[in-house]
Amino acid sequence: MSDANGAGGSDGVNPEKDLSAENLPGQRGQGGEEIRVQRGMFGATEGGDTSGYGGLVRSVRLPGPAARPYGGPRGGGAYGYFDEVADELEGALEEQDLLPENAIEKTVVDRGELTFHIEREHLVRVARTLRDDPALRFELCTGVSGVHYPNDKGRELHAVYHLRSITHNRLIRLEVSAPDSDPHIPSLFSVYPTNDWHERETYDFYGIVFDGHPALTRIMMPDDWPGHPQRKDYPLGGIPVEYKGAQIPAPDQRRSYS
Amino acid sequence: MSTSHASPRETTEGTVYTVTGGDWDEVVQTAARADDERIVVNMGPQHPSTHGVLRLILEIDGETVTEARCGIGYLHTGIEKNLEYRTWTQGTTFVTRMDYLTSFFNETAYCLGVEKLLGIEDQIPDRATIIRVLLMELNRLSSHLVCIATGGMELGATTIMIYGFRDRELILDIYELITGLRMNHAYIRPGGLAQDLPPGAVDQIREFVKKMRKNLPEYDKLATGNPIFKARMQDVGYLDLAGCMALGATGPILRSTGLPHDLRKAQPYCGYETYDFDIPTADTCDSYGRFLIRLEEMRQSLRIVEQCLDRLQPGPVMVADKKIAWPAQLALGPDGLGNSLDHIKNIMGTSMEALIHHFKLVTEGFRVPPGQAYTAVESPKGELGVHVVSDGGTRPYRVHFRDPSFTNLQAMAAMCEGGQVADVIVAVASIDPVMGGVDR
Amino acid sequence: MGLEEKLPSGFLLTTVEQAAGWVRKSSVFPATFGLACCAIEMMTTGAGRYDLARFGMEVFRGSPRQADLMIVAGRVSQKMAPVLRQVYDQMPNPKWVISMGVCASSGGMFNNYAIVQGVDHVVPVDIYLPGCPPRPEMLLDAILKLHEKIQNSKLGVNAEEAAREAEEAALKALPTIEMKGLLR
Repeated sequence: MSDANGAGGSDGVNPEKDLSAENLPGQRGQGGEEIRVQRGMFGATEGGDTSGYGGLVRSVRLPGPAARPYGGPRGGGAYGYFDEVADELEGALEEQDLLPENAIEKTVVDRGELTFHIEREHLVRVARTLRDDPALRFELCTGVSGVHYPNDKGRELHAVYHLRSITHNRLIRLEVSAPDSDPHIPSLFSVYPTNDWHERETYDFYGIVFDGHPALTRIMMPDDWPGHPQRKDYPLGGIPVEYKGAQIPAPDQRRSYS
Repeated sequence: MSTSHASPRETTEGTVYTVTGGDWDEVVQTAARADDERIVVNMGPQHPSTHGVLRLILEIDGETVTEARCGIGYLHTGIEKNLEYRTWTQGTTFVTRMDYLTSFFNETAYCLGVEKLLGIEDQIPDRATIIRVLLMELNRLSSHLVCIATGGMELGATTIMIYGFRDRELILDIYELITGLRMNHAYIRPGGLAQDLPPGAVDQIREFVKKMRKNLPEYDKLATGNPIFKARMQDVGYLDLAGCMALGATGPILRSTGLPHDLRKAQPYCGYETYDFDIPTADTCDSYGRFLIRLEEMRQSLRIVEQCLDRLQPGPVMVADKKIAWPAQLALGPDGLGNSLDHIKNIMGTSMEALIHHFKLVTEGFRVPPGQAYTAVESPKGELGVHVVSDGGTRPYRVHFRDPSFTNLQAMAAMCEGGQVADVIVAVASIDPVMGGVDR
Repeated sequence: MGLEEKLPSGFLLTTVEQAAGWVRKSSVFPATFGLACCAIEMMTTGAGRYDLARFGMEVFRGSPRQADLMIVAGRVSQKMAPVLRQVYDQMPNPKWVISMGVCASSGGMFNNYAIVQGVDHVVPVDIYLPGCPPRPEMLLDAILKLHEKIQNSKLGVNAEEAAREAEEAALKALPTIEMKGLLR
């Protein structure tokens, strides 16, 4: 969360503040990725608009970069390990002659979670550092989650990794993005072998090519399946349901309110 | 691979492909060239011993497995994609069907994620949290019972299977009393629970705990000291700590290496830090150790269940915020289901705003501020993580489940290679993969 | 499939039909075809409390070649459909199919790219069993209804006659899209 909300960026979630009127969707954080532009309010596009709300245009942004101090999962205090992790990571990267600002695109602290946005060419080195540095020791990777943001131009495909340190009892998130036109992200298989199937799954569903993966093939869908089904431009694939003359459109053809 | 197994032929109806067993021929030819006893065996996807629609591709040399690979995806349901077309509340009906043996864990993990996005973690009523813990621990019992039952069946010990399902029925009776369903409950909702415990539930659970305390030693008598059982399971499916860490294996597999890692203790959620229970471990790294851990975890779950029952105080089971809480007030109607007639009369007759609000919240759902969250719970199989992303709308933008079965199943190759064919079954059973969770 | 199919129509054939139906229904061998949640309920049905052994069919056959009933228990994915068909083809005649649960019957709530919208796209279905998942009692009920069907199934020339009648009835029936009215 950024300073614009007056939260000081130090604490993740403040229920009183975050549920107040100024924090309605679209207001939360500034400067994050624009993921959607909302037009109108009620989802209706046909018919004359007499309320005036139909002309409303708002951009929806993800939470933007945070400023120091980052605090911790419970909003600073006793659990404030976010700064420690960030310092250690930056220090360790500098030791390897890699400027942290080249590798770490931005750092986001939101809802008590720390996210490093990593440049994709440095991902493997950052992950290896996170795993091997004694002060970091993120031994366990809980896999890859792909997210497709068609409106985040130039960085449509995101791969999200959650790393857990059992030694220090910490959890952080790495986020890497790639454009649709060049969907390549280096594989973390060499650092975390557990990502073998997770990367295959993400490739299967999103078409992200993990370079360096030993056998990047489809895992869930049949081998000859066309397309990558969980991308936003791939339809849900539902068929209309017919009952006694009435037709109910498939779920992705129905009216959407959001 | 050549395309000889599906040669195209033009007809008046269009192109027709003649599918022949080309694949198998190639396999046989390759095997013949290798000039030894090497055979590739394809177990599944429909095989009585592979724990559901799991396909195992084993390369065997005599009785020894030289290479083992899994084929999965035969139960891929597209649940994660389907979630993006339903409201946040409706999402619980989908996630509960992912790993259908651990429904309450899926629901809780998902709801914790949504609550984190909403920023209402601190507003969940105590009673709702306690009931969540109660149901999760009962669910841990029923999941472990199925694991032990089917694991026994796959070894040929049908008695254990009958025992396991007998005790599981007792738990399903409790579920049915509380949620109305034996499986796939959708009872835990973002913000709390669908409804309160019905009268008589607490007594029935107490009765169950008593009965289960009596029944659990039967598994010890039947299996724990049984020489055949031990011979089949000891030193089979070996995976040490380094292997677990590299492969991301969690749950009983990780704890069988001696590391007492359990999210209930390490990163407590739902107030687990206030309950008194132990994390059982073993240091054998094998299937037998995992079996013992599961048995002990069932005893610990009974302890937690009792503590939950002692703590239950009357109170609300849904957040007070009416912008999130489901507006319906459920009461049993003459047809056996439905809304409370008094409530309907009230909103229909006296308050138009309440009616509008009810309609909007039910059809459209609540909005969740944009952002992402990751929540994890300790399911019976390991770390069940949920990555939820919102774009500020009334529907999830992306929900990803890091299912422990999926990750743990990767360890199959490491556990089985170099062992006997018969041990593959034991190793897979000790991983306890549920294909609904693996494939989602 | 043998001598009984060659019998001439008449008193003898009906008697043999009754006898063959009784024998067939009393020892149905289901194939293990568990897919998803319903498979767990199917196993429960086989276990202690519901005891499928009461109907002479507690032994789930591992090999489709020894089975004559396929209980399709759970959602059928596009990847599983060819396997399912192969298992069905491997079963010897006469064979029956119960589509257990709403996912197998119609795709259910999973109206998406991954799931076959009803297993009847792949194999002929004798009994559709609703529920998500159906209770074991419902599965038992479906099995009893199937027993009734097996008991009254026709042989030889009678079977051809019955098939022709069914075909004619189906041709005359109102298409679903032209049906009007409420769910009754």
